[in-house]
Formats: sequence, structure tokens, C-alpha cells
Amino acid sequence: MTTTQILNPPLSPPSGSNTRNRRWRVRRHANTLLFHSSSIVISAFWFFPIALVILTSFRSLSDIFQNGVGSIPGSGLVITNYADAWTEAGMFQAMMNSFIITIPVVLLSLGLSSFAAFALSRYRLKFRRTLLLVMLAGNLLPVQLMLIPYVRIAEGLGIFDMFVTVIAVQTALGLGFYTFVLYGFMRAIPFELQDAASIDGAGPLRIFFQIVLPLCRPALAALGALAFTWIFNDLLMSITLLRTDDKFPVTAAVVSLQGEFSAQWNLIAAATVIAAIPCVIVFLIFQRSFIGGLALGAVK
Amino acid sequence: MTVNSPPAKSDRRRGIATPPVVFVLVLVPFLVETIGVFYPAIQGVLLSFVKWNGLSAAEPIGLANYAALTTDTVFIGALRNTAIWMVLFGGLSFVGGLAIALLFQAERRGVGIYRTVVFLPMVFSLVVTALIWNAVYQPTGILNETLRALGLESWTRLWLGDPNTALYAIIVAALWRQIGYVMVLFLAGLKAIDPTLMEAARVDGASVWQRFRYVTLPQLRSVNLVVISILVIEALRSFDIVYAMTNGGPFRSSELLSTYMYSTAFTGRQLGYSSAIAVVIFVLALGVIISYLVRAFSESKED
Repeated sequence: MTTTQILNPPLSPPSGSNTRNRRWRVRRHANTLLFHSSSIVISAFWFFPIALVILTSFRSLSDIFQNGVGSIPGSGLVITNYADAWTEAGMFQAMMNSFIITIPVVLLSLGLSSFAAFALSRYRLKFRRTLLLVMLAGNLLPVQLMLIPYVRIAEGLGIFDMFVTVIAVQTALGLGFYTFVLYGFMRAIPFELQDAASIDGAGPLRIFFQIVLPLCRPALAALGALAFTWIFNDLLMSITLLRTDDKFPVTAAVVSLQGEFSAQWNLIAAATVIAAIPCVIVFLIFQRSFIGGLALGAVK
Repeated sequence: MTVNSPPAKSDRRRGIATPPVVFVLVLVPFLVETIGVFYPAIQGVLLSFVKWNGLSAAEPIGLANYAALTTDTVFIGALRNTAIWMVLFGGLSFVGGLAIALLFQAERRGVGIYRTVVFLPMVFSLVVTALIWNAVYQPTGILNETLRALGLESWTRLWLGDPNTALYAIIVAALWRQIGYVMVLFLAGLKAIDPTLMEAARVDGASVWQRFRYVTLPQLRSVNLVVISILVIEALRSFDIVYAMTNGGPFRSSELLSTYMYSTAFTGRQLGYSSAIAVVIFVLALGVIISYLVRAFSESKED
């Protein structure tokens, strides 16, 4: 009893003289003040550009032409920029394209990598460590190395400028990392569960779908949220593998919009906000698993 | 129960015959990655030894593409910019992310909001980041307007149109997005430090700096390695933000290896030469890739 009390002194200051007590409290207040003031300065720097682009997206074109992008809004705010960006500037079509690409990639790459992770983590296959290592290595390769071959192969197969090509390439590129993370997660599931099911006559597929996969839900949610933002936010693969403007996802569409409507910052800002919304929503819904997922790959 | 479990374990170790469907489960994804990643990567390396414009037949020229790189001033400039990018983007994300993580590590009132605000840009695409900062850097953008308001008229400039500032202006935008990510990695690392270590140092009278230098930093060593690997790989891959802000200009002053590779491939149609640049990017990343893999696998060795 006495030892624990010595090791864990009470958090409040030793109540000796009254002045010492007060000095301690003042120092704690000063500390809190310092923490909040520096945190507010940092947060303000981080939030300021976002606030600026949101504000710009509600300004009228004439206001921006007269006063400049960086000025205080001269006239009233309007909401028409969003309608213009959505229809005239083609953000609706681009948004659909982004979903057509992103959703299949997330489902396919997580599905395939959970198969691989299951086989590698739950069965004593030969060379499984080598296989896992090779798969993860593939994920770390700089994509620049594959760009020209992708275009060449796609043209050879007659599938250049098609969604299916982007989907296939993005699926293959993500597999290594997802397999590696899911492998680590699945290895931690007790083998007794699997043994019991095996004895009861369940085959690998049944064990996978009824025991392992349900237990992996947190890891799948984290990876799914991450994968969604990564694929949704990618520019390079779309501009490399797609040519027709009508097929461009949000990222590529916003870049070409910037060239097309160069001085119309109200419209560009509205399109930028629209482009950011889906991933912000995914982040807000999956916030905890999202951040946990980022740390998952780094800290084990 | 516990007495019975060792034999069951040794049974598994001897290996009950693996059902064939398990091989299918692992081979299908592996084949997808082989066809979608490894085969094209090998093709990419092979292409660096030919001269090819994509139309006529490819002509094998050995190492001539690499020899030409050594005298290409644009390539050397891109290499230098990539080095600057790696040091500034990588170094400042590391330092900034660690500093903010240290500030935000304690669970206290309001800290969740601060963390979210700093992390939020990470969910934006690099394109969205580029556009947000493009607006800031406009001739009449908020940065120049603020400088004017402060009476610093002479400091105003075309931030993205001036060869002296374009690269650095892009780096600031990239840092704004990246620091939150590094912060999250460090927050996870800091959380994993045994609090009694810190308490012991405090009781022994270690100053704040000493505690950071001799307790926190050594404890973060494995996180440091991961953060550095991620930053180097991302720095070498960086493309989207430069493409959307300056496309390497003005006068190639913000050209990185990745953007130069892209423009030689898809604007210049010098496919062999461009592949040689891609191989250079790969070789620069190789050291980090290998050390990352070694670390990842030395930790999962226990079984």
C-alpha cells in the first residue's frame, strides 16, 4: 500500500503553505493559456485557406473582377456558383466518374487482399513470408516506372481511355499494402476458433466468411475509408489512362477547369469545394478508424 | 483446457494438409499484382534501354538514354529540385509534425478540435490543395493583399510565376497538407511510450528538453524510421500538386523528376528516355524501400 502511494503521488500539489499552492495554480493557468493560444494560432493558419476558398465560392464574378480574389467581398454573396460548377462546368459528370472508378476499386482491392491475407496468415503455406514481402514491395514501387507500360498495354488491348483500365490498375497497385495490413490483423485472431470450426467440418471458405472476415470489420473499415480517399483523390492515373474529358474524374476535371475558366475564381472555388466534399464526409463518418488506419501501417 | 492446448498447437505446426482452395485464394491476388504491377515495372526498366517514340519500331541503344541524362540541364535541374523538395518537404513535415504532435499529445479540453483542423487538409486531394493555394498566391490574392496592407508592397510578387519562388510556394502548400498526417503518426507513437518512463525522468529532475532528448526521441525511433521512409517515398512520387500548380514552370524552375518524366513521355513522346528518368526515381527510392521492408519483416518474425 505504502509503495503504491509513493510511486503514484496525488496529482494535486502537496498542501503545505497556501502561497505555494496558489503559485502552482497560477502556473497551471499560464500553461493552459499558452497551450490554447499557440494551438489557436496553428489551427487558424491551417483553417484560414479553407475558409478563404469557401468564402470565394460564394462571391460573384463581378465582385472578384473588380476587387480581386484576395479582397474583402465587395457585394453580397451568391450561391449560383455551385449550380454553375455542378452543371455547366461538368462537376456532376466528374463526380459520377469518380464514383464509378473509386467504388469498384475499393471493393475489389479489399476483397482480393483479404483473400490473400487470409490464406497467408491462417495456413502454413511455403514461402508465405517471401510472398508477402514481394507483394508489399510492389506497393512501394514508384508508379512512374509503370506509366508508359500501362499506356502501351492498354492501347495494345484496346482498352485505353476506359474506366475498366483505371479500375484494374488502381486495384493492382493497392493490393500489397492492404494485404500486409490485413495479414497483421488476421494473424492476431486466435487459432482455436479456426481449429474448432475445422473440427466441425467447416472448409476454408466458410472459416473465411463466417469467422475471420466478421472479426476484421474494424480493419476493413479503416482501410476502406483510406482507400476511398486515396483513389478518389488520385490524379496521375486518370490523366495517364483516360483521354476523353467526359470520362475525367473530379481531380482531373478540376485541373482542366482551372485552365478553361482561368480568371473565374468564384467558379473554380465552388468546384474545389465540391471536389473536397466526398472525402470530408468519409473522413467525418469514419474519423476514428480513418486515423487508426493511418497509424496501423506505421506503428505496430 | 490449457494443458490440452500444446499438443493441438504442435499438430498445427506439423501441418494438416492445406486445402487446395487456399492456394487459389493467395494466387489470384498475387497474379493480379504480377500482371498489374510487376510485369509493367519490368517493361518500364527494359524500355529505358531503347529509343522509341511510340510509333516506329523501338531501337535498342543500350545505356545511351542514361548517358544523355548526365548532360541534360533540365534533368539536372529537376534532380536538384527533387533534392530540395525532399529536404524541405520531408524535413519540415517531420519537424513540424513532431512539434505539433508534442503540443497536441495530452488529452485536454479542445485538443480534439485542434487535431482535426490540422489533419483535415490530409483528406483533400493534392489537386484541391493546389487550387486552394493557387487562390492564395494569385497576383491579387490574399498573400499579396496582406503584404500591401502591411506596407510591404515591395515584397509582393507573382508567387507561382516567379522562378525564384515557384518551387517554394508549392512546398508550403504541400506541407500544409502533409504535416497533419505526420502529426497523426507521431501521436500514435507518443501514445505508445510507457508513461512511467517519463514519470521516472521527471522524478529524477530531468528538464523538459532532457526528457525530450533522452526519453521521447529514443522511444520514437521506430516511428521515426517509418515517417522518414514514407516521406522519402512520397517526395519522390510527388506529382499531382506540381502538375496542378505550375506544371513544372516557369522556365522549368519547379520541375521535379516525376513531372519531367511525365512531360517527356506524354508531351515529348520520348518513351525510352522518359523510362530512364523513371528508373532513376526508382533507384533513388530503392534504399528506402529496402529498409522499410527489412523493418516491416523483422518485426513480424516471431512466428
